[in-house]
This record gives sequence, structure tokens and C-alpha cells, in this order.
Amino acid sequence: MNTLAPEELKAQADSLWADIQARQPLKPADRAKIPVQPMPSQPADVRRHNIQEVALGYSESQALVEANRCLQCANSPCEGGCPVKLPIRQFVGAIAKGDFDGAIGLIKTSSLLPAVCGRVCPQESQCQKFCTMGKLHKDISKSVSIGNLERYVADRERLSGKAAVPNVAAPTGKRVAVIGSGPGSLACAADVRRAGHEVTIFEAFHKFGGVMVYGIPEFRLPKSIVAAEVEMLRRMGVELIPNFLVGRSCSLLDLLEKEGYDAIYIGTGAGLPHFMGIEGEQLVGVFSANEYLTRANLMRAYERGKAATPIPESKNVAVLGGGNVAMDAARTALRLGAENVHLIYRRSMQEIPARAEEVAHAQEEGIQFHLLRNAKRILGDEKGLVSGIECLCYELGEPDASGRRSPVAVPGSEYVLDVDTVIVAIGSGSNPLIRQTTPGLEFDAKGRIVCDDKCRTSLPRVFAGGDIVLGSATVIKAMGQGRVAAAAINELLK
Amino acid sequence: MNNTDYTILDKAQLSENVYRMQVHAPFVAKRRQPGQFVLISVDGEFGERIPLTIADVDVERGAITLIFQKVGYTTGQLAALSVGDRLAAVLGPLGKPTHIEKVGTVVCVGGGIGVAPMHPIAKAFKELGNKVICIIGARSKELIILEKELRSFADELIICTDDGSAGLKALVTQPLKELCEREDKPDLAVAIGPPIMMKFCVETVRPTGVPIQVSLNTIMLDGTGMCGGCRVQVGGETKFVCVDGPEFDGLKVDFDGMMKRLQTYRAQERRMVECHNEHGCNMLKQAAAVEAMQK
Repeated sequence: MNTLAPEELKAQADSLWADIQARQPLKPADRAKIPVQPMPSQPADVRRHNIQEVALGYSESQALVEANRCLQCANSPCEGGCPVKLPIRQFVGAIAKGDFDGAIGLIKTSSLLPAVCGRVCPQESQCQKFCTMGKLHKDISKSVSIGNLERYVADRERLSGKAAVPNVAAPTGKRVAVIGSGPGSLACAADVRRAGHEVTIFEAFHKFGGVMVYGIPEFRLPKSIVAAEVEMLRRMGVELIPNFLVGRSCSLLDLLEKEGYDAIYIGTGAGLPHFMGIEGEQLVGVFSANEYLTRANLMRAYERGKAATPIPESKNVAVLGGGNVAMDAARTALRLGAENVHLIYRRSMQEIPARAEEVAHAQEEGIQFHLLRNAKRILGDEKGLVSGIECLCYELGEPDASGRRSPVAVPGSEYVLDVDTVIVAIGSGSNPLIRQTTPGLEFDAKGRIVCDDKCRTSLPRVFAGGDIVLGSATVIKAMGQGRVAAAAINELLK
Repeated sequence: MNNTDYTILDKAQLSENVYRMQVHAPFVAKRRQPGQFVLISVDGEFGERIPLTIADVDVERGAITLIFQKVGYTTGQLAALSVGDRLAAVLGPLGKPTHIEKVGTVVCVGGGIGVAPMHPIAKAFKELGNKVICIIGARSKELIILEKELRSFADELIICTDDGSAGLKALVTQPLKELCEREDKPDLAVAIGPPIMMKFCVETVRPTGVPIQVSLNTIMLDGTGMCGGCRVQVGGETKFVCVDGPEFDGLKVDFDGMMKRLQTYRAQERRMVECHNEHGCNMLKQAAAVEAMQK
């Protein structure tokens, strides 16, 4: 990873950019020789003690240099890897020419949350996975840094204060309720509002943004960015209602039948944390990652002394899981003052589902990875407090049905880590509330809402998308579904 | 559909540390059924979200009544507010409503502040034609709440105080035991109060075969099933109080585990609040007394 200071990276890029300009037009071989522009970031030993964003964003010259690495492939393989089919080739091409306004305009035709997606998308398994430049170097980390470029133009627009409020069509008199305010809901609300319909977003928490405010930490996605997106919706005329739990404050069907809504989008997310089902999970000091992160992020528990919501003053922490949420929890624990943070994942680094950048950041910050290990039981003291965790070693066996080599326990390999806190980050199931309170709405065996390819549910005028349909997915996939649903809603209300 | 005006419409102090507040929350008032609760927050930026039971509603005024005891940081902040002030958030009504049906005779036990949520449940049982016997317990006469309200409909009201300053000088488990050992024992018991009281109510009725419902008040954050902080073992399964409860079959609840989990933030809370939590200490004394009684 890069260890150069932002100023050094900028100076290097300045001179590279001067060189590129002098040598136009570049041949593909010239582009292949341009070095990948590293993301400037806070040094690991500094950032582990603060909550500010780790990645600092490109300088203008870095963006120009990085965009000039793009070969402008005629078949744009990168776009095939994007769940919302961003016009990647075009927007990177615009940046390469210094047309930043043009670039953000192009992105916004497909993505409503570029500043978010540029930060949290798993680019290495989406667009950048298919990049010809990466293939040329036989190294995916040498693909064009599409995410970093997306982030650059989105941040540039936001910080300029010039972001225009999208046009809203003449009022249609139709009303649409959007349940939840995560990425899918925000995208759906924006598109439906643009068609001239009245839109109300109902959120159970007191702040809007869903997983982007309660789950993803400040150091990975500053809350001011989410707030800016929400504010844009408000300026478009979207009504935002906090502290309202559909299913309890009002039933879903009552929104249609009594409150006068013409259509509903359900974007409630995957909101029921899974636990391991092992001995000791009831002990004091065992948290779901959802609880731990919500305390830290949404309730601001990291501001000790100011926030009324408590969070444990952990010294030794075990995090179970290998996804982004596990990385977020581990790195949050570190920032809250933990001395040792152990991340326990049952497969190898090859299979780890978290974004490559988060894994790398976590390693740099000193998170201790225990791979091919799994928790067997959590140990407690006489007061019911966590005192340790017993782990079992695994080795990779034969490939299973999914083609992945499945981990097999090594008998007798148990060992104990002394920890006072255990954070369980092994995924979420479906929240049962809408199911319990909405007769006629069809769910699958895992409690997910059944939808067709237009996000239509079994109930007329009711649409759904994001994690409540897909299971645990990503911000970008939820956003994509929100847009599909919005198109179907707009069609319905024509 | 403006539901964010959570103005305090009325406030009264019921006893030394117990307050009653009427708060504007029309959607909650309209939908609320006995047994449900709200999550409230006093400070929108740095505040904590705490669960409080809904003691009553006034649908016309669009208001809910909260009865709470000043025990921690946030309840202290809440108690300091006045009529006209606004809460930062009120989310609800949460939890599954109490299953009210005609069973015959129902004995409703309320301890301390638990009398507040017990009251609407007892009333609903009465309205369905059940015979309702209420037992309420408090440390002393001054700490008894809702006596008049309960007396207005209950077929029988038994008051217990620790010091004998009103009613029986006894713990609530004593009259409960007598009722449940009678020939015409109640068909259902409902107990709401401090965990230790509910635990001993359960142990009191267990040998008599009277079913018992308890209402749990655990640590909560979102109240929607998202965090799992409120989890409790019921019949060997992990249940979430916010979406699966708050009411459970008392005979199946792991009270010891729940009481340990309730201690999670005690040290930090204590640091946040200078005032001493006398109530908590008293309940432990009561627990010791009950244990001694049963030995």
C-alpha cells in the first residue's frame, strides 16, 4: 500500500500530467506505462486513533493521470461488471480530458449516489475486475481505479456547492410511500419524485440514510456525504418522516387504503442479525455487529463524554466474520481504544468477502487476522462477563457444490483467546415485522420478499428492493433495484 | 403526516422519582394497544434511545401518557423537561400487543413503576368481562402509583408495601401465592415490574399450574429487531424483546441471564449519573428477602 503523503502523490501526479499533456496523443502502450495512482490516505498509526475518513481522495492531477490510463475499449468490459451499468468509459474519458462537470453528469444518468458508491462499492469484483488494463498487467490492482475517479468527480461537485437540484416534472397528484431510507429507498424516491409524484420516505430511526448512517462508519463514509444526498431529496420536495416504523406506527396496507398512497416501495433492508448459536452468546460483552456499529456510528458513542449511549470500554476484542461489516466493527473497536482486535474468519484470505481495500486497511491498522479459525464457544466469568473465546482451527477440504473449498474442522485444535468483547458479524436475516403485519405479501423460505424483475411483489402497487429482497447485498445493488422499482412505479402511475 | 412534534402537553410528579408525562404523538396514540411501548430520545444529536411503556392514550388530543422513573441519565434528562418542551424522538407503538381474551379470572401484579404498563392491560382484561384482581407493590405508601385508577375497575385491589405503610407489609408474591393456592385459583397471572419481582412471581405460580405472562424491559437501541441488544433466552431460544415481545410466557424466561445482561452498562451509567439508584439496591434487598422466605 501507498505510504507517501498526499502532497508527494500530488507532486508526482503533477509532473506525470505535464508529461502526458506533452505526449498527446498517447498510444495504448504509453497508457499502460502510466503508474496506478494510489489513494492518498491517513497514515495507519494516526488514523487508528481517530474517526475521520481514511482515504483522502485524489488531487486533480491524480484524477487526470489515472483517467489517462483508460484504454477506452470499444466494448467497455468494465460496464458489464457494474450493477447499474454506469457509462464508465465515457465518464473516465471525460475526466481524461479535464471535463469534470461532464463526467459527473454522465455518472448521474445511472447513479444517484456516486460519492457513496465510489467509496463503498466492491470495485475489484465489479467494474475493475473486467478492466483491460488490469488484464494487460495480469493484476487486478492495476486496473483503472474507476471507483476513485467516481469519488473524485462526485466530491468535486459536492464541495463546489454547485450540485444542481434535479428537475421535477409537473405535479401528477399521485403519492408514493417509500419505506426505509437506505440507498435503494433514496434512489427510488429520487426517480419517482422526478416524474412529478409526491414522495414520502418513512424511516424508523431519527436520522436518514439507513445502513449508510448506522452501519458504515464515519472513517469509511463520512456522514456529511449521506446528509448532503438526503438534503438534495428534500430540496426536490421529497417529504422525509423520521421515527416512523411501518408495520407498527401504521400498517403497510393502511398506507394504501387509508393514507391515500398510490404505490409503495419497501426498502427495509436485512435487519435481523444472525448469531452463531454457540455457548456463551448471552454473556455480557457479546454484541451483534449491528448493535456495536449503531452505538458507535448513529448514536455517536465514539464521542465519549458527549454521547448518552454507552459502548463498552473494551481492551481485547474478537470479531467473528470476514465481510465488510466485520472489518468495520474491528476497525471501530480499535478506534474506540481496544489494544488487541482479533478477526476470526473460517475460510482463508482467498475467500474473504470484504472489499480488498478494507482488508488491507485493517491489516495496516493492526487488526490480527485468525484465518481458517472459528469460534467454538464464548467463555464467561462468574458475573456473566465475557472472559475469552475458544476457537477451533480449520483446513480447506474438497470443493463444495459452490466450487469453494469448504473448511473442515481440525479435531483437538482448540485454543483460547483472552477477550472481553465479542462482536458477531456473520450476516443478517430478514426482519419479520413487515411479514408479520402484511397479509398477502409473499416471502421466500428465508423471509425475503418475492419480486419479479421489475421489483413487483405479490401485492398490487407494492414494490420492494435491496436487502429485503436480495439478502445481504451491497449499496450499489440496492440502489440499482430502487431505480428498477421506480421505473415500474412511474409506469404504473402514468 | 407531520409526526415529529413531540411536545410535552402535561407533566406531573407521582412520587419521589416517578413522573407522568403526556406527550404529543398522534400516530402512536391512534395505533397503540395495551402491552406496547415507545422508544424515546431527549437529545437528537447525542441522546440515547430508551424504551418506555405507554401507560395511557388520549386519541383526541393525539397524546400518549408515559410514566417513568428517574433512574439513569436519560430518564434524568427527561424528568428535567417541562410542559411545552419537545422530545427529540418518539417511535412506536412497538412490540406485540398483549393477547387479551376472556379467560375467567386474571390476577395482575405490578411492582414499582411496572404498575404503569400493568394498568392498561388489567383494564383491557376487565373490559372483556374477566374478573380482575390487581396486586401492586411499592417500598412505601408514597411510592404507590395509579391506586385510584386501578380501584375504579378492579374487582379486588391488594396493596403491598415493604414497610407496611399501606396495605399489607409483604412482598407481592405473598398474596399471589395465596390466590394461586386457592381452590378457585386464577386462570391467568400477569406480572410486570422489576426483573427480580417477575422472576419470583413466576416461581410462586409455577407449582400451582397458573399460567403467567411477563412483560420484559431490556436494553434496546433501535426497537425494530435490527440490533439484537434486547435478546433474551425464552424456552432455550434466543428471542428479541422488541419484535418477539415484550410479553413472554414467564415460565420459560431465563431471568438470571436477562438480569446479567441488564447490568451491561451499569458502571458507565453510574458514572453518567451522580445520583444513587436506590431503587435498584432495594430490589436486590427484596430479592434476598424473597430467597430467605422461600428457604
